[in-house]
Amino acid sequence: MAHVADESPKLFGIVAEFDDPDVLIEAATKTRVAGYRKFDAYSPMPVHGLAEAMHFEDVRIPWMAFFGGITGCCLGLGFQTWIALIDYPMNVGGKPLFTWPQFIPITFEATVLVTGLTTFVSQFALNGLPKPYNPMFNAKNFDRASQDRFFLCIETRDPKFDEASVTEFLQGLGALDVSEVPA
Amino acid sequence: MAINSIDSSKRTRLVPQNFIDGEHSYTTISEILAGVVLNPKPPTVWFVATGLGFCVLNVMLLAVTYLVLTGTGVWGNNQPTAWAWDIVNFVWWIGIGHAGTLISAILLLMRQSWRNSINRFAEAMTIFAVMCAGLYPLLHTGRPWLDYWLFPYANTLGMWPQTRSPLEWDVFAVSTYFTISLLFWFLGLIPDIATLRDRSQHPLVKCIYGLASMGWIGSAKHWFRYEQAYNILAGISAPLVLSVHTIVSFDFAVGIVPGWHTTIFPPYFVAGAVFAGFAMVLTFGLPLRSVYPQIKDFITEKHLDWMAKILLATGLIVFYGYILEMFYGWYSGNTYELALVYNRLFGPYKWFYYALIFCNGIFPQLCWVPQLRRNVPFLFVLSIIVGIGMWLERFVIIPMSLTRDFLTSSWGYYAPTEWDWALFIGTMGFFVFLLFMFIKVLPIINIFEMRDLLMKNHHQFGHGHDGHENSEEAH
Repeated sequence: MAHVADESPKLFGIVAEFDDPDVLIEAATKTRVAGYRKFDAYSPMPVHGLAEAMHFEDVRIPWMAFFGGITGCCLGLGFQTWIALIDYPMNVGGKPLFTWPQFIPITFEATVLVTGLTTFVSQFALNGLPKPYNPMFNAKNFDRASQDRFFLCIETRDPKFDEASVTEFLQGLGALDVSEVPA
Repeated sequence: MAINSIDSSKRTRLVPQNFIDGEHSYTTISEILAGVVLNPKPPTVWFVATGLGFCVLNVMLLAVTYLVLTGTGVWGNNQPTAWAWDIVNFVWWIGIGHAGTLISAILLLMRQSWRNSINRFAEAMTIFAVMCAGLYPLLHTGRPWLDYWLFPYANTLGMWPQTRSPLEWDVFAVSTYFTISLLFWFLGLIPDIATLRDRSQHPLVKCIYGLASMGWIGSAKHWFRYEQAYNILAGISAPLVLSVHTIVSFDFAVGIVPGWHTTIFPPYFVAGAVFAGFAMVLTFGLPLRSVYPQIKDFITEKHLDWMAKILLATGLIVFYGYILEMFYGWYSGNTYELALVYNRLFGPYKWFYYALIFCNGIFPQLCWVPQLRRNVPFLFVLSIIVGIGMWLERFVIIPMSLTRDFLTSSWGYYAPTEWDWALFIGTMGFFVFLLFMFIKVLPIINIFEMRDLLMKNHHQFGHGHDGHENSEEAH
């Protein structure tokens, strides 16, 4: 806080450091209640209740997985049916060509495969990963965000962002340290 | 609010135990578990094991090279035993892999938090075991360079694989299983790779982990989506793992060979897979605990106890399967099935059958004794015996039925050749080598899930600051 303002003009946000996940949840709640919108919390493990505290919700991955599953299922069953009935019909002792019960195992595997791939890819896509450079890496002590510390950063793109008031606000949340993040 | 507190007290009642021994904080967990990887001087045992694994791995390369240059005739397979060690070992390895998925997916969905300390390492076992397993059918095709024929691709012959065949189902099941296990494993690793990135000192090491971590920063929004994806992958892995061994059992159950054509096969194969897999988790987990004593706080005696209980439970299911096989043979009244029962008990391979019953049916019953479930040397011996027993089970099913089927004129006797042995022992070396390389490069215990467990412990046992003591007696 002492070393504010005379750095580079580019600022990504102001970050507060905590050592307890419950304090982080409280801080996130207060930040949201105070009217800040463009902020994010960082933790070394999933902290349940944090997304709720930030009023963050995203249901796209389950839906993508669902439609991925439907796609896989249709592909699996459709492809086998097309082979057996149209492209390569084989008469096995006069038995019917559309032997659907025997198509179920591959249909199931195709469903699982496409669901899994969709989920995996959409997780990265929606999280914007891989992203080798992230301004947050410039934050002081941020290498501990993957180990034992918890961070909350209010970003400059927040409409309510004002360096002095944000710094003061974060200091009031019980943070160990408040510092600025160069972009 | 009142309803909530009752619900949560019931849930905590399910897992009333603390699965982390000793006093730990987020800092010590990160230090200890990342330290196993980043320690510049691994213990001597690591070098010995990796070196040994590497030497035996070369036996595998030799066996594969000789096989590819000569042909599958170098194996003991011949009429009437067209399937022998290749498929015995295939089923054995793939079964071993199944415990990893069970631990990581099914126990996750059941909120068994004790799984957090063994899942990473079991998942790695899954992937390596599936690699070993996949080798056998691929080589058994005889011309492994044409193995892509197994997949349906548009080709100039205008032909497609026969998707009505259990062998083709296997292709899809095993390749899907491998892909999904790999994705699940990698997804689970990302936050831990980020920890390694942030803890490593050497710029090159930092750069490699940095690339592999995909730029993970632990944002709450990322965690939210991450957990969604992780749970969905767990949700689809659970039925997947059941389907894989079910389909493997269809390889036999769909055939009409005596001893194969039974409906008990799918559940009994799946239980056997979990049984063998947990045994393998113990076979490697116990030495790991002694090589890296610092992880004993995370893989505690409680874990050993619970794993032994799962071994006992799945062992009983498998034993029930053996009894039912005999019962089916007798109850069917079918001459060939009855002959098979007779051959199992008094035929040329009878000692294999008796050994099987001892290894999988009788010996694991010692797990009823609570002191033995926490006795490390006993558990190690048990895990080896179960591993052997599960191998014998597949041997009893496959060559025993094939050498004594319908026509006396087509009876035969099967014995493996030195190349069967070389490939089998070689894949063990491959497995050991990969596993020890993994230990050196990636964390053997899921670090972020241990932090999560610690946080839950704080909430549950009041190490933290918020008083949840009221949830002690709520009902």
